[in-house]
Amino acid sequence: MAELDSGLTAWMLVSASLVLLMTPGLALFYGGMVRGKAVLNMMMMSFGAMGVVGIVYVLWGWSMSYGNESVGGLFANPFEQFGLGGGGVFDESGEAIISDGLPLIVDVGFQATFAIITVALISGALAERVKFSTWLVFAVLWVTFAFFPMAHMVWGGGLLSGDGPFAGIAEPVDFAGGTVVHINAGVAALVLVLIIGKRKGFGREPMRPHNLPFVMLGAALLWFGWFGFNAGSAYGADGVAGLAWVNTSTAASAAIIGWLITEKIRDGHATSLGAASGIVAGLVAVTPAAGSLSPVGAILLGLVAGALCALAVGLKFKFGYDDSLDVVGVHLVGGLVGTIMIGFLATDGGLFYGGGFNLTVVQIIIAAVAILISGVVTLIIGLALKATMGWRVSDDAEVGGIDLAVHGEAAYESLGGARKTTEVKA
Amino acid sequence: MKLVTGVIQPHRLDDVKSALEAAGVRGMTVSEASGYGRQRGHTEVYRGAEYTVDLIPKVRIEVLVASEDAASVTEVIVAAAQTGKIGDGKVWTVPVDDVARVRTGEHGVDAL
Repeated sequence: MAELDSGLTAWMLVSASLVLLMTPGLALFYGGMVRGKAVLNMMMMSFGAMGVVGIVYVLWGWSMSYGNESVGGLFANPFEQFGLGGGGVFDESGEAIISDGLPLIVDVGFQATFAIITVALISGALAERVKFSTWLVFAVLWVTFAFFPMAHMVWGGGLLSGDGPFAGIAEPVDFAGGTVVHINAGVAALVLVLIIGKRKGFGREPMRPHNLPFVMLGAALLWFGWFGFNAGSAYGADGVAGLAWVNTSTAASAAIIGWLITEKIRDGHATSLGAASGIVAGLVAVTPAAGSLSPVGAILLGLVAGALCALAVGLKFKFGYDDSLDVVGVHLVGGLVGTIMIGFLATDGGLFYGGGFNLTVVQIIIAAVAILISGVVTLIIGLALKATMGWRVSDDAEVGGIDLAVHGEAAYESLGGARKTTEVKA
Repeated sequence: MKLVTGVIQPHRLDDVKSALEAAGVRGMTVSEASGYGRQRGHTEVYRGAEYTVDLIPKVRIEVLVASEDAASVTEVIVAAAQTGKIGDGKVWTVPVDDVARVRTGEHGVDAL
């Protein structure tokens, strides 16, 4: 059995914990952006994803993503290592199997946190109007049929990896999840909002963020957790992790500035919501690229991502789809910016470094394939749930506040929390 | 007896409170309010989406006084709440039939 690398193992345990923290951070980021009557439901969609996806991952998620029995490069056999059995993670004596210095059970934990946050990201598009039960069922179906296969295709040696058919042009790069996480979630968000429709009053009533300090706290937690996401994806406590760390932070910094300049010119103000959104846009864009840029390249990427995402969030009003918290504008657009700009900015093989167009072409191909697969899978799941469980809560529940109607709670006394406590049943 | 009600700028509340204390007023009720007058609203921009906010936060103060004090109390509030800018608010007076103090059951001017 291979030797344990304790430094690497310690770093990967820390990284997994950092990435897990991103989902509650996302809950705050999203929760602050909705109206006060829906904040608990918004946060519960993230916490709900932590519940169901965390279970599903150990049952069949790991096996479908990183199992040994690939089915056409699309996904791996979910039953081979079901429940982490089958000798893939533990040997016959129950010892954790070590691969490249890392116990695979640590990798299970690390990868599970990616699955959780990817599902939670989608919820931002569905704010204030979706049945909690349908969301939980969707989380199980989507992570199974969209996320695990994509993880297998890109990272598990499948269709979009260095072992796939496109590697002949150039080896595709997705360091920490530009395709698997962000394009995947962004496309799913777009497809779902087209299926489930707009919030009542979208485009007519004001739907202002009810708590911007929540949003900023959430963005800060996401930035912190993203060090595990990206630097952890180096699978080493080494210089590559250091480069990914610096690139991650630098891109986020540059994207704040890119977003703020754009909105200052367009709207006249540099806003706190813009800064928080810029942070996330930069982090999204640098996710696939963190290991292959120079830090100066990360500045350029961050500036472009911040500016483009600031422009992209306006598209929903132009086209009339209610992507409530801009999952498309930030995650799909940011994910595409990062995935494609690798073709220009990669120090090894990028166009600006004399590498020609091959890497750009292959990056566009993997982005397009990811969009197609995620779009089709989400469309099928979304329509199936619409026909069976239904997506929307009743009009009364939505207008009166989904928190009270669905969860029987109110976040704030002024929204009915005080009224509920006037009669106490012990 | 009269009820003097003022809707004023929130940041003037402390000055109004001090001025009323100095004028001998021994109690008041304060509540958060929102509304608009000639000031109308302002615009806010969130991720490029512009919202016109036409209900602006205000503070409502209510003071119960003897009829002969109503005019002077009104003047005290106006003087202390005034900034001279649009949006300063309004103060008005209405007659009150009766007042009861809950603790003692006293009525009328004795309850003030």
